[in-house]
Amino acid sequence: MDDFNSDTDSDYTSYWRDWFISSKGNEYFCEIDEDYLTDRFNLTGLNQEVEHYNHALDLVTDVFDVECDDDMRAQIEKSARHLYGLVHARYIVTTRGLAKMMEKYKKYDFGRCPRVLCNQQPLLPMGQHDVPGYSTVKLYCAKCEDLYNPKSSRHASIDGAYFGTSFHNIMFQVYPAMLPPKSSRRYEPRVFGFKVHAHAALGRWQEEERVRMCKRLRDAGVDTGFEEEEEEEEEMEEDDAAPGEEEGIDDMFEGRLVQV
Amino acid sequence: MSSSSQEVADSWISAFCNILGHEYFAEVSEDFIEDDFNLTGLQSQVPMYKEALEMILDVEPEEDDDYEEDEEDEDEDENEPFGAESALGYRRAGERRHMGLGKLNVIEASAELLYGLIHQRYITSRPGIQQMAEKYDLQHFGTCPRVFCNGCKVLPVGCSDTPGQETVKLFCPSCLDIYTPPNSRFQTVDGAFFGTTFGCLFFMSFPELDIGNRNSEAVAALAQQQGLQIPNIGMNESRNAQSGQNGQSRSTPMPAVVNGVSTTSLAPGLGRGKIYEPRIYGFRVSERAKSGPRMKWLRSRPADVHELDEARRFFEENGAEDQTADQIMPDQEQSQTLPVERRKKAPMRRRREPYAVNGTGANGSPMDTNGTGNGG
Repeated sequence: MDDFNSDTDSDYTSYWRDWFISSKGNEYFCEIDEDYLTDRFNLTGLNQEVEHYNHALDLVTDVFDVECDDDMRAQIEKSARHLYGLVHARYIVTTRGLAKMMEKYKKYDFGRCPRVLCNQQPLLPMGQHDVPGYSTVKLYCAKCEDLYNPKSSRHASIDGAYFGTSFHNIMFQVYPAMLPPKSSRRYEPRVFGFKVHAHAALGRWQEEERVRMCKRLRDAGVDTGFEEEEEEEEEMEEDDAAPGEEEGIDDMFEGRLVQV
Repeated sequence: MSSSSQEVADSWISAFCNILGHEYFAEVSEDFIEDDFNLTGLQSQVPMYKEALEMILDVEPEEDDDYEEDEEDEDEDENEPFGAESALGYRRAGERRHMGLGKLNVIEASAELLYGLIHQRYITSRPGIQQMAEKYDLQHFGTCPRVFCNGCKVLPVGCSDTPGQETVKLFCPSCLDIYTPPNSRFQTVDGAFFGTTFGCLFFMSFPELDIGNRNSEAVAALAQQQGLQIPNIGMNESRNAQSGQNGQSRSTPMPAVVNGVSTTSLAPGLGRGKIYEPRIYGFRVSERAKSGPRMKWLRSRPADVHELDEARRFFEENGAEDQTADQIMPDQEQSQTLPVERRKKAPMRRRREPYAVNGTGANGSPMDTNGTGNGG
């Protein structure tokens, strides 16, 4: 709050939204267009969700000029953030919002997948609920299709509903070219060079699942999206020459596939 | 571990372990380093080995000509050639006094490498793994970033046992996957200093560790909340759970042990309810969509863990011919000593008592030959 006050006092030209998205901890948010915010249709239902709705909206759209005490001001400020977050969840599934988030995605603004085998795949923010107050924001990796907690506690306190459950899936439906190829490589725990039976058995079972899925998809005439697929077929055509001894990190991973 | 605390507070080892970014390291006890057996083969891997070892043990090079002579004798006994680098600066008390700062840096680097390689061995030894267990309990290595692992504690591991190839990674026992440490300061730590073996050996050494259910109450509460109040969630609990449950009720209860690992601690972060289910406005994205889910297998685990008992499955499919071969009732002592008979008895028992499963583990599977399966 103090930041905000001092900012506006010193510099009247900076808009609330500018300040909001550039302040620390709000790196995941993109800026919502003024047009989108001022169209009441886009805000349907939010007046019940947000306290001091009208004041908060005024603040977000930079037309707030009511004199009030600090407490009230703080409450309105809090409401404004909440309102911004909720509108944000709606905005980022629009064409313009998706484009803005795509730009941020390409810049790795949301971080990279911590999973070693995802090779620094960029992440997307998402929520596990569309209703605010249930869960904090999580990060979705399109390569391993799993959810991760943000590294920073600043981000871990953002409500997941400000991004919603659908956004990241819509993103890849709209930009299918951005889908990363999937990898069937997996980490394989070893003890003194030997695979561990329980884990290896689970790995084989999972591989069977994967092969079944690939078969289902191929029967349906759908591209499976695995990066190894083409190599695999080439290898099948050429010969059964053993893949060369892999060095280093590759030793620990199951990379070669059962032929489907 | 208290064995290291009797040492001087600012020994090289404790100073090394207190450096920012070295939080994952355990303090190797001097006893371990002083035992030459534990250092076998390291001499050829580390340049300026002798000096590096002296530095680690805080032996003042100038003062101990006697010590050096002893060492010399040992070296001759070992008859091991030194690397080119170590021959250069190899022991001449006078020479070392004139050692430049540059050389000291080289020795410092060698000492770190040597310490790392000793560390790799130490943490698989009994005192070392104990020490790491204490660090693990205190969550020194952090938690799994994966949401469905519920903050399961992780362990530092390497992907290679050769130094200089990969930085340290974190192994999560709950999803059996490895992750990059969240803080970039760990990206200067060599993975070989922890080694490929440690991660799994640790959990095999402490099979009673409760890896998955750390926040079991919180998880249960969360599941309830998600299941009851909010239908619009990103988990495949609702409908799949139903079918899974039905399928399961027909079959038998879970065995306590499968493939030598307790069922509850085999990848508790995987399987039904722990797989992300992509949804758009509450509707699941089809597998056939171009952007549909393709990676669920990676986070799957059979609802019926019997599916993982490959030996049992094999005998169920192919094991009929052996049935008349022996009349020996399954007897644990006997079966330990007579592997052939033990193998044959599996289908027999199953015929009388389908999925005969009991907590001792030894009767659970024809493959249960190793001690880890007996759960103590």
